[in-house]
Amino acid sequence: MDYEDIKKGIVQLMKKAETELPNDVITALKKAYEIEEGVAKTQIEAILKNIDLAKKSGRPMCQDTGIQTFFVEVGVNFPDIDKLGGLIKDAVKKATKDIPLRPNTVDPFTGENHKDNTGDNIPYITWDFVEGSNVWITALPKGGGSENMSKLGMLKPGVGIEGVKDFVVTEMIKAGGNPCPPTIVGVGIGGGADLAMKLGKKSLLRPVGDRHKDKTIAAIEEELIKRINDSGIGPMGLGGKTTVLDVHIEKAHRHPASLPVGIAVQCWANRRAKMVIHFDGSWEVK
Amino acid sequence: MEYHFKLPVDSGEIEKLHVGDVIYITGKIFTARDEAHHMMLEKDKNNLPFDPSEMALYHCGPLMKKTDKGWQVVSAGPTTSSRMEIFEDEFIEKYGINIIIGKGGMGERTEKALQKHTGIYTAYTGGAGALAADKVEEVPSVYWLDELGMPEAVWIFKVKEFGPLVVAIDSHGRSIYREIKR
Repeated sequence: MDYEDIKKGIVQLMKKAETELPNDVITALKKAYEIEEGVAKTQIEAILKNIDLAKKSGRPMCQDTGIQTFFVEVGVNFPDIDKLGGLIKDAVKKATKDIPLRPNTVDPFTGENHKDNTGDNIPYITWDFVEGSNVWITALPKGGGSENMSKLGMLKPGVGIEGVKDFVVTEMIKAGGNPCPPTIVGVGIGGGADLAMKLGKKSLLRPVGDRHKDKTIAAIEEELIKRINDSGIGPMGLGGKTTVLDVHIEKAHRHPASLPVGIAVQCWANRRAKMVIHFDGSWEVK
Repeated sequence: MEYHFKLPVDSGEIEKLHVGDVIYITGKIFTARDEAHHMMLEKDKNNLPFDPSEMALYHCGPLMKKTDKGWQVVSAGPTTSSRMEIFEDEFIEKYGINIIIGKGGMGERTEKALQKHTGIYTAYTGGAGALAADKVEEVPSVYWLDELGMPEAVWIFKVKEFGPLVVAIDSHGRSIYREIKR
C-alpha cells in the first residue's frame, strides 16, 4: 500500500473541507439571502462572496482553520488499520504547510503553539468499526468561536422535553452573534455528559435540511429552528430573520436520574468533506 | 449611510457615525487578540515600535504565509470580540483607539469607553477570511511573532476599502447588540 499517496489523499480531503463548503450549506445560505434585508442581507452577501472567492482561489474560507477533527469508519477487513492514525496525523502536519492552515494547537499549560496543528490528543479522531474493507474519513475542522458557545446541561428529568427545548433556545439566544450566525446547532439528548456532547457534535455531519427519521424528533427540530430564528438575533448578531440554518437532534437512552443535553454549535462555515480509502490503498475525495 | 475613510479619522468624523451606518476604510490597521492586548497593556506606550493611535484595531488572528516577497495574508476574518471585553476599555484609553473592527459585539465597559473617548466598534462579517485577505494590499510589519505565534502576534496590514464594516456600537452610547437582546 502506498502510504505517501494515502497521505496526499487526506491532505486533499482537508483542503476540500477548508476551501469548499458543501452544497447543502450554500443552498441554505442562498435561501437566507432571499429573505433577509438591510444589514442582515449585507452579511449573507459577504458570506456568499467569501465562499465563492475561497473556492476559486483555493484559500481557506476562514482564517480559523479549526481544530482538525475526523470521524473515521473503518471496515474491519481493511488491511492496514494500525497505520491510519499515524497517516492522519502526518497528513495534518503536511496540510498545515501545503494548504496552508493556521497553527491552532496550543499547550494549555505553557501556552506554546505546537505550530503543526498536532499535539496531545489532537487531531481529534473518532473511530467507528463497520463491515467491509473500505475506510471512510470525514473531516470536520472545527472553529474556536463557535466551539466556545458549546453547552452541557445536566437537566432534571422532571423538566421533560419542554425543558430541553427551552434550554437550547435560551442558550442560543445568550450566544448572540458570538458563534458567527447563521449557525447549525447540534443537540445530543440523553446518554451521559460525554455522550450527549458527542452526539451533538456528530449530528453536525448531517446535511443542512436533513430531518431526523423519527417524526416526533423531526418536529422538535423544526420547532427549535423557528423559535431560535424568531429571536431576531440574525446574521452575525446584527439583527435579522436567520439565526440558525438548521438544528439537528440525536438521542441516546438516559439514566433515570439524568437528562443530559449537549449543544454543539457550528458557524455558517459548516466545513465537511468525506473520502474513501479502498482495500488496495486507492482513494477518492467525494 | 455609507462612508469611505482614510485613516486616521478624527473625532469629528467619528461623531457623525451612528449605529447601522456602513464604513469602508483605507490605511493601516493592526491585529490584536487576547495575548496581544495583555502584552500591550503591560508595555510602556512610548517605547512601542508602532503608533496604534493612527490605526484601526482589528480583532483578528490571521492565517499568513511567508513568501520570497515577505508575508502574505491567506485568510484574515475577525475573531470573537467579546473575549477582549476584559481589556478593551483600558486599551482604548491607553492607546487612543477610535475604530475597532471585530465580530459578535462587545459589552458595557467597551461601550462606555467608546462614548468617553469618541470611538466606534464596527462589525466585519465573521468567517469572511478570504474576502478580508483580498483587501489587504501589504503587510509592512509584524511584532512579537516568536513570543505569541501566528494567530496572537500583532500584524500591521495596509488595507484598501476594507469593509463593509457595520457600525454596531457608536460614540453616542448605542449598541445594536444590546438593542437586539432587548
